[in-house]
Amino acid sequence: MNNSAITKSEMIDMLAAEQPQLAYRDVELAVKGMLECMADALAEGKRIEVRGFGSFSLHYRASRVGRNPKTGDAVVVPEKHVPHFKPGKELRERVDMAAAAAFNPATGSDDDL
Amino acid sequence: MAVTKADLATTLFNELGLNKREAKEFVEAFFEKIRIALETGESVKLSGFGNFGVREKNPRPGRNPKTGEEIPITARRVVTFKASQKLKDRVAANADMLRKNTLKHEE
Repeated sequence: MNNSAITKSEMIDMLAAEQPQLAYRDVELAVKGMLECMADALAEGKRIEVRGFGSFSLHYRASRVGRNPKTGDAVVVPEKHVPHFKPGKELRERVDMAAAAAFNPATGSDDDL
Repeated sequence: MAVTKADLATTLFNELGLNKREAKEFVEAFFEKIRIALETGESVKLSGFGNFGVREKNPRPGRNPKTGEEIPITARRVVTFKASQKLKDRVAANADMLRKNTLKHEE
């Protein structure tokens, strides 16, 4: 399994290389603009639905009594909304299919926790 | 009303002056890049927004909730998303508004 990660700036580089009709600066602004638009939507409580990719929504977390891990003191954690992503069908299937292909010959168990 | 690919393309058209076709293609290319990375087992870190990753799930016994019938769930690879602290903070900062908005949650 591949442990590497790609970052926003690497995404920008790859998209710029693939879209030569756009100036590098425009690709940079476009990526940032899309992420900004999505973050704004979630902050306003709107859902985001991207066909073939997935949807983002907010999940409600009720207020609860938690503990300060350092002191052990009980603290009330207020209710809140947290961002949640649900992968869409195409993404789910492509990621799982790639895994199936990679694992096909070896049935060795990955003791991955 | 949910934000869609068409809305993202409109943002690029309005704010960056990409033409409509370019904007539409760009939005598609952006999500395709993320899909390709995840497919190859790479995570995608979008600072200020969140990180996408993949996780291996071991096989486990499952059950059809309707019939109670036991069905094994095979090993699989799934996509995870963890919102960045910045995004969580932005959502939290709007807590009052969200409370008033009678936001409907699924589940």
